[in-house]
Amino acid sequence: MKILTGNDLKTGAVTWWTGVGWSLDVNESADVGEHGAAIIAREEGVQNVFAAYVVDAAKTDEGVRPGHIKERIRAFGPTVRLDLTVKPSEASDLNWVI
Amino acid sequence: MYKYDEYDQQMVDVRVEEFRDQVRRRLSGELTEDQFKPLRLQNGLYLQLHAYMLRVAVPYGTLSSVQMRLLGDIADKYDRGYGHFTTRQNIQYNWIKLEDTPDILAELAKVEMHAIQTSGNCIRNISSDQFAGAAADEIIDPRPYAELLRQWSSFHPEFLVLPRKFKICVIASDTDRAAMRLHDIGIKMVKNDAGEIGAQFYAGGGMGRTPMIAPMIREFVPLDQLITFSEACLRVYNRYGRRDNKYKARIKILVHELGRDEYVRQVEEEFAHLLTQPIEPPLAELERIKAHFADPAFEAGLSEELDLSDPDFRLWVGRNTQAHKQAGYVVATISLKPVGGIPGDATADQIRLMADLGRDYSFDELRVTHAQNIVLPHVRKADLYTVWKALDDAGLATANLDTVGDIIACPGLDYCSLANARSIPVAQKISERFGSAERQAQIGELKLKISGCINACGHHHAGHIGILGVDKKGLENYQLLFGGSEGADTSLAKIIGPGFTEDGVVDAVEKATEVYLANKQGEERFLDTYRRIGMDPFKEAIYG
Repeated sequence: MKILTGNDLKTGAVTWWTGVGWSLDVNESADVGEHGAAIIAREEGVQNVFAAYVVDAAKTDEGVRPGHIKERIRAFGPTVRLDLTVKPSEASDLNWVI
Repeated sequence: MYKYDEYDQQMVDVRVEEFRDQVRRRLSGELTEDQFKPLRLQNGLYLQLHAYMLRVAVPYGTLSSVQMRLLGDIADKYDRGYGHFTTRQNIQYNWIKLEDTPDILAELAKVEMHAIQTSGNCIRNISSDQFAGAAADEIIDPRPYAELLRQWSSFHPEFLVLPRKFKICVIASDTDRAAMRLHDIGIKMVKNDAGEIGAQFYAGGGMGRTPMIAPMIREFVPLDQLITFSEACLRVYNRYGRRDNKYKARIKILVHELGRDEYVRQVEEEFAHLLTQPIEPPLAELERIKAHFADPAFEAGLSEELDLSDPDFRLWVGRNTQAHKQAGYVVATISLKPVGGIPGDATADQIRLMADLGRDYSFDELRVTHAQNIVLPHVRKADLYTVWKALDDAGLATANLDTVGDIIACPGLDYCSLANARSIPVAQKISERFGSAERQAQIGELKLKISGCINACGHHHAGHIGILGVDKKGLENYQLLFGGSEGADTSLAKIIGPGFTEDGVVDAVEKATEVYLANKQGEERFLDTYRRIGMDPFKEAIYG
């Protein structure tokens, strides 16, 4: 699947396109197929999100997982400060970010 | 230390209000991101992996306790309770909100700090020896010259849009503690045969994807020509440095492609021309600046004795303190590298504690080192145990300066949008593997530096052991390098062979130390043994 990510203008926080808006939770990402560029053009005009781009991802049993490690770290937070990450409800594995 | 005059303060205050208006226009939609990006970068505000990142300048690494305390307060009030001290002697905050940035800059301006020229193709923060003004081996305090260069380079209209960023370092001792020859321009304050102080210039050094050691370009520049000669160096670079390819745009490429002699010829020609122009500030200005760096009121006749009966204190004194030029005092380095910790990170409480210790026990001064540690430059020996106890209580008394645990590491892929691999977890694993004080003592001085990409913010080219993280088909991979040094014996590390996984590179470092210990002669450091026996014994042990 292809998903869209960007940064919130005010906070810089990493956000993900849900199909109707932007979320901090990668698991709410919508598959944008081939429409990524058009959505970016429209949404960046609204000014709330910037630096948006398309990311390859997969829908897994754990949720939506970006394909590249850089995007997974963006999605969940620094692997060396798990106290600052976006945690899953059941974080049993300390290495869950990667 | 230097105190702003009305011009300094006005420049910074005006800039804060200008940026406040720019942020307002960005948030209201009047400015697009493309329009705003160069404006925020000029004020040190980057976009990193998780959020905005603010890089605050610490000129030549010198801080007052009030400044240091504010850095801790900003970490609490506007970030997530910590800051990251960098290899450029600056501090970075990783979780900054755009709307807060003007207020942060306004608070910084009140204590004579800013984030100007911490990004972009301009002259960046001038770095220096972290022991300046205290070291027993310096010929003069290099900071007044660094400050003069700071004033010259701040908002210099000709050099705000250089081909690429530009880094200057000033030192004043033979023991290079600031990687001087790995800068775009390195300046070493020297004394000539007549006993006059002047500046020895080096140009065209740097790390990054094409590491180079700067050659000397002039043996002696008189103090009343320091700015004029600097201007000539920059003018030649600004005129002929490449702007068509950012990877070939640093001055090191120009000096290399022209050849050192031709670059020198052009600089000397420009210098001769500039001497006919009245651009050099009067020496009275240098004297005015120097007055700010007068020695603090050291007490005379203090005892040199130290009670070393506490074994942990003895270990820390032996490892983390250096000789001071004034009898009865020492230079104390606070390691920000606890075993298993994140190199360069400090919590808000730790930052404030260090500020208090600087105020109470170091004549109100602290320093940030390019190795991501903090220095209390002027501690009375009689106060040292009290200082150590306070540090120990705060988790800041790790006795590992210049050992394998004192690792330089860039933020890497955990924070940086340019990185290809994580640096910090590798540093943590190595630090834990070599965690025992006995093992670190057995290995002795071993400077290990880790970068998460070819940009080399972790100085891997200058590590006795360097580690470079790369992206290998989507997976993190780590190249190992040996033989670098940033000291007076500057050398560039060489890759030893195929890369490793994260755990594999930790094992390889351990094997390298075993080869060193098996081959070491006398008091040789790891680097000395490597230079004597070469790479083959290490390769054999690591790759089999």
